[in-house]
Amino acid sequence: MAQYLALVYSADVDWFAPEQAEELAEYRRFQDDNAGLITASAVLHPTSTATVVRVEGARGGKVVTTDGPYAETKEALTGYYLVEAEDLEAAIAIAQQIPSAWNGAVEVRPVIRAR
Amino acid sequence: MEPGHDAVAETVRVEGTRILATLIRTVGDVQLAEDAVQEATLAALGAWPVTGVPPEPRAWMTVTARRKAIDIIRRERARADKERDSTRLIELGRTDIVPAAVVQDDLLRLIFTCCHPALSPPTRVALALRTLCGLSPTQIAGVMLTTEAATAKRLTRARQKIAAARIPYRVPPEAELPERLPAVCGVVHSLYTSGHAPVEGQTAYDVDVCAEAIRLAELLHELLPEQQMPTAVLALLLLTEARRPARLDADGDVVTLDQQDRSRWDNAAIARGIDLLNDSLLRSNQQADAYQLQAAIAAEHARAATYDTTDWTEILRLYELLVSVAPSPAADLGLAVAAAEAKDTTAGLALLSELTPSPRWHAVRAELLARDHRYDEAVGELTKALEGPSTDAERRHRERRLELFRAAAD
Repeated sequence: MAQYLALVYSADVDWFAPEQAEELAEYRRFQDDNAGLITASAVLHPTSTATVVRVEGARGGKVVTTDGPYAETKEALTGYYLVEAEDLEAAIAIAQQIPSAWNGAVEVRPVIRAR
Repeated sequence: MEPGHDAVAETVRVEGTRILATLIRTVGDVQLAEDAVQEATLAALGAWPVTGVPPEPRAWMTVTARRKAIDIIRRERARADKERDSTRLIELGRTDIVPAAVVQDDLLRLIFTCCHPALSPPTRVALALRTLCGLSPTQIAGVMLTTEAATAKRLTRARQKIAAARIPYRVPPEAELPERLPAVCGVVHSLYTSGHAPVEGQTAYDVDVCAEAIRLAELLHELLPEQQMPTAVLALLLLTEARRPARLDADGDVVTLDQQDRSRWDNAAIARGIDLLNDSLLRSNQQADAYQLQAAIAAEHARAATYDTTDWTEILRLYELLVSVAPSPAADLGLAVAAAEAKDTTAGLALLSELTPSPRWHAVRAELLARDHRYDEAVGELTKALEGPSTDAERRHRERRLELFRAAAD
């Protein structure tokens, strides 16, 4: 089995807002349907809560933090799933059930495994 | 170059692609298999011109490529997965020849991997040219109008993605074929188009891209004879190719359809194309797809004994269907021309006015205007057409027409 990270790109929403309840339930359904294959997952607060950190020059240099999203886009990274799959087609079969696949996009990336 | 070298090189290239598919399955790695076949190819090119082509060239190359693969695996063994290597080495140590049915399955696997929807369309074309046609990165760059460095990078990235993302080396189940075949047929068709109707330049590369595309179309149809789409693609390519010899005269100048010497058309290929088209249409139970429609249009042209007996009403109907199922600039232009022939130039010009201009659009408009004796405007359109990219033959043709319209305008 290989591991893939399915990055969830969707509207930049606050998942705790009551109007998101219905969509959140769809994500729960996806998780229940694929429970054995999902090894880790996270839901993210909106990008308005994000902080970008940079260190100037090299390690130990001046720390510069900036508020807000790194780049303003229509779709934002709002969560991820780490899934186990035999090959890319199996991974796509899982990813296509994630609600953002039809309300945004899912990016499937193979994970490097230690040899 | 010594006589016979080209024939040897051709045999080596064709046999190389036949054995690559099986070797990829055995070693589970596109790059390794390609390297082994490449080494076997070089060995054959070194030996055969001296010793002559062996009685069974494929067997010779299979055994040589397997030995080369064993060498490569042993060289890289220190940092590789030992257990997997042991099974690979046992498999490669076999001296028997792979049965034809297995080779066919492996070729199908290779086709569906190279044309996987997870790869970009130009990457699919480049991979197909490399692995299925055995062309070098330099030759592929010539076909795809790009640089050798860009082609090499594209191929390397594609192999890395196939390995890292685990694009499977397998034929999709029957039920998934309708979803997966368009990507495969798209590669074959765009390959043929790039050879048959290049956008610009001379056809200077040493590869007959049209012949390669037809070889792939034949292979795909042979492997999946029950599938309507590959059958229609082969029909379309044969019906187009059959008329290719008449498209240029002895000086390499464009001969338009109305002026072509139809005795130079390949009637056997036309008959086979029509048979394949009918077979494909019988197998489909829904609306005709883009390949069937294009093949049907080509068949109408091929059937007409003279330009004047062309059934433009039927061609117009087919173009209307084509534009509705698969809109494209080429189909839009074809529709306008068919409307001008089936109805009148006003109908054709009206359709043109809805389209985005391109060099070919300007050239078509110039011809329609000239028919209505509007030569001044035709001169203007052709001048614009000549400002854009075109093939050398196309440019010469447009320059001749420009002179003619200028003379008529005075």
